[in-house]
Amino acid sequence: MKNTKHLAASLLLVLALAGCAGEQATKPSAAEEKGGTAAQTAPATEQGAGGTALSEQERMKAQREAELLAQKRVHFAFDSSAIDDEARAIIEAHAAHLVANPDIKIQLEGNCDERGTREYNLALGERRAQAVQKMMKVLGVAGSRIKTVSYGEEKPLCQEHNESCWRQNRRVDIVYK
Amino acid sequence: MTRTAARLLAMIGILWAANAHAVLTIEITRGVETGTPIAVVPFSWEGPAVPAAQNVSGVVAADLARSGHFAVLPSKDYVSQPHEDKDVVFKDWRILKAEALAIGNVRLAAPGKYQVQFRLYDVFKESQLAGFRYTVNADILRSVAHQISDIIYEKLTGEPGAFNTRIAYVTREEPRHAAVVYKLQVADSDGFNPKTVVRSAEPLLSPAWSPDGSRLAYVSFEDRRSKVYIQNVADGRRELIAEFQGINSAPAWSPDGRRLALTLSRDGNAEIYVMRLDTRELRRLTFDPAIDTEAAWSPDGRDIIFTSDRAGSPQIYRMSASGGPAERLTFDDDYNARSSYAPDGKSIVFVTRQEGNFRIAVMPLNGGPMQVLTDTSLDESPSFAPNGRMIIYATEVRGRGVLASVSADGRVRQLYKFEEGDVREPAWSPYNRGLQYKE
Repeated sequence: MKNTKHLAASLLLVLALAGCAGEQATKPSAAEEKGGTAAQTAPATEQGAGGTALSEQERMKAQREAELLAQKRVHFAFDSSAIDDEARAIIEAHAAHLVANPDIKIQLEGNCDERGTREYNLALGERRAQAVQKMMKVLGVAGSRIKTVSYGEEKPLCQEHNESCWRQNRRVDIVYK
Repeated sequence: MTRTAARLLAMIGILWAANAHAVLTIEITRGVETGTPIAVVPFSWEGPAVPAAQNVSGVVAADLARSGHFAVLPSKDYVSQPHEDKDVVFKDWRILKAEALAIGNVRLAAPGKYQVQFRLYDVFKESQLAGFRYTVNADILRSVAHQISDIIYEKLTGEPGAFNTRIAYVTREEPRHAAVVYKLQVADSDGFNPKTVVRSAEPLLSPAWSPDGSRLAYVSFEDRRSKVYIQNVADGRRELIAEFQGINSAPAWSPDGRRLALTLSRDGNAEIYVMRLDTRELRRLTFDPAIDTEAAWSPDGRDIIFTSDRAGSPQIYRMSASGGPAERLTFDDDYNARSSYAPDGKSIVFVTRQEGNFRIAVMPLNGGPMQVLTDTSLDESPSFAPNGRMIIYATEVRGRGVLASVSADGRVRQLYKFEEGDVREPAWSPYNRGLQYKE
């Protein structure tokens, strides 16, 4: 699975940055099933040339980053492209990852729920993707590395006609190329 | 019938012959008690049997019944069954309180060709209102039937009918153990005779008829992003019209068929452009950081109405088709979008949000109030019939996308019940000018 591969890469990176052994990140699919909590098992033992023990605070931070990076989707309110705090944290984690890995390119795919008109939603989906792109650029990612596309309301994740479904569908998917 | 038209229609028949499943029924979900009582005598038939869907008088009776303007009297009550003028006894029809009577016959004129004769009478005045004769290929008998319905409608209501027209729409099917299929379909106005114009694994949307009814502009995601194409309905030839960076969407033909309004985000933001189809020259009409999309031309080609959220929520605006300032038209509610003009240019139809429900509304352009025509919750893509009397739109019934129509006064509503899949994005064709008859 493509997602699994990205997750593995992401976890490896975060753990490596934090000076941890990458061992625990080699089973990312299990981590994904558990909702991206694999980093909990990252050891706080002495590692590498530095040989300093990771502080509890640093360990928590690394874990948090890994969790955020495992999330490849941000959500929006109805008829809105405003980025809330939850989405902001996810976007920041991906932006940091992209800054640290200049070869990686991504595509941001904007989507809407089924309510409202299809053509307006096509434009709204684009505006959502652009909002995420803009924030990533502010965080130092070159615009040329971020493609955007809008699927409007044409690619719902969930087909039911209720708010919990609609919320899932109002999203930007962060797709690693 | 002109020879070109005959050839064209014959060609459509050949191209489309293998693709006539997914037949539907039409349910009248809201009707009117009153309607002109009319008797439609089943036409006599001489020649090889044809499928029931081509039963001329059956198609006529169904058209009239669902129009909301007629009460078609049940044929089992008919005292006599005339097929020729000489056999009509007006007393038989006065007993039934029929105000109008339609009779006719179909004969094999040559191999594969039928002669259809039809007469319409005023029962009380005991006079003939119309009489026509057509000689046509077997494959366009339904078209003849719809044209007879149009004549009856016009003679008795004083307004042109729009039965002999077509609808374009998009279906999405998700067969078990198979990939999703999107189809751009064209069917008769009653939903029969569906033919696939485009088939794709990726979404299709926004079909728009050229003013002469020969071509459809639409948006396809076949390259994993939105691009606009124009396709010839008869032979399937197509042209890629817009594949600029960003979105390419919302095609709308100018009334003269020479220009196409489009929504493009090539300059970074969804804006409305007009493309000259002969030179592909683009002219940008909107300059606003908001979303500007869903352009539609006024019937005289002077103005364009469109959706913009420049005031914070989607609303309808009007501007000159050559550009300039825009005037806001809708002020009720916080979501009004996807507007288009009635054929007479005096009113517009659009989608409005009422207490969380998306519904179809019409609004006169003389400053009168808007009128909400539907009471369901996910209504989309309204499109006027060319006579302005009916509006077709997409809605949702038990989790499935379906088509529905409503009269422009809101009194009559119908549901098109397709056998399978999700149906959306209807667009009513212009008048079909191909078929002619002898009086």
